[in-house]
Amino acid sequence: MSETTLQVRIWRGGSADVGGTFQTYDVPRRDSQTVLDVVTHVQRAIDPTLSYRYACRVGMCGSCAMTVNGKARWTCRTHVSRVIGDDGALEIAPLANLPVVKDLATDMRPFFDKWAAARGRFQGAQTRLDDFARVSPDSPERRAANAGIECIGCGVCYGSCDVVQWRPEFLGPAALNRAWTLVNDVRDTDRRERLRAVAGDAGCHSCHTQGSCTERCPKGIAPTLGIAGLKRTVGRAAAKGEL
Amino acid sequence: MTMRRNDFRARNHPAWWAFWLHRVSGLLLALFLPVHFTLLAQALHGTAALNGLLRLTDSALLKVAEWGLVTLLALHLTGGVRLLLIEFGPASGLRKNWIAGGVGVALAVGLAFALSLLA
Ligand code: SF4
Ligand code: SF4
Ligand code: FES
Repeated sequence: MSETTLQVRIWRGGSADVGGTFQTYDVPRRDSQTVLDVVTHVQRAIDPTLSYRYACRVGMCGSCAMTVNGKARWTCRTHVSRVIGDDGALEIAPLANLPVVKDLATDMRPFFDKWAAARGRFQGAQTRLDDFARVSPDSPERRAANAGIECIGCGVCYGSCDVVQWRPEFLGPAALNRAWTLVNDVRDTDRRERLRAVAGDAGCHSCHTQGSCTERCPKGIAPTLGIAGLKRTVGRAAAKGEL
Repeated sequence: MTMRRNDFRARNHPAWWAFWLHRVSGLLLALFLPVHFTLLAQALHGTAALNGLLRLTDSALLKVAEWGLVTLLALHLTGGVRLLLIEFGPASGLRKNWIAGGVGVALAVGLAFALSLLA
């Protein structure tokens, strides 16, 4: 490709209230360049103090999410050519709705604490000495679990959700998607406690079905639909007095 | 440590606009309802009082307002059906076809109402 140069605006410092701001860098444009490649170039060739996070570079670990031209994205699998503006603009900021540690790195603790609060951990009754559980791939439960199981915990949905911004205690799309996946895991024994955990004000009923999570999830998961499933299941359980 | 907040770029997608339309049409309808009921309540004070008020509705401005109301109602209704489908229907994405269809139907209803006003 030609020797063109990208002008990239990258967030530096903490959040805006402690003086964080965008700085512009010139980065050589390359073929098949990802947004993560751009950030890595800046750190390796221009300013080694730039902080950001990544691990796998192939869309598996979920650590590289940032806000690219205003939208949350996984940066290792986002090609520059797909997101760059007509004017060639590229703006890279930390994920929204999470505390900024420094530059492009956010503190993911609130995000994962909410997974724990939504009882996102599998709880089974069997041991490794027992035989495999047999779950038909065609059963409705297995299908519903399949729909959400590929989540990589990147936080893109969380950083896109208005309700997370409006109500900081809201568990958020990823934790609720995880809860819904486990509610549909027929081996799991923690169903009742989990439904209780997601039934409150911070849970599924706070979702306004804006669909930003579903629109942005890089894995094509639809947390909006999982949350709708939780609303139905919680409602039914409450009506039966099971909660 | 505080957080970054999203701007319009993060919200600029069909499902978010559908949410916005539903919220705004709902709020406007909620504002209108007290007026509507006050008017209806006039019927309790006899036909003269009601007729006096109803004559007001002949004015052009109120006609436009009525057209707006009907359109808002149609928008809110189709948007509501979409939400019910997402929440209770078989899983099928964000049902963006309903957003487009709903807006189309609502505008058509509004136009039909406008035509009937002119007739
Ligand atoms: S659908 Fe619900 S959880 Fe997802 S972004 Fe919208 S409000 Fe948040
Ligand atoms: S649901 Fe999607 S966007 Fe949200 S954390 Fe999981 S993979 Fe990321
Ligand atoms: S670096 Fe692992 S998902 Fe992007």
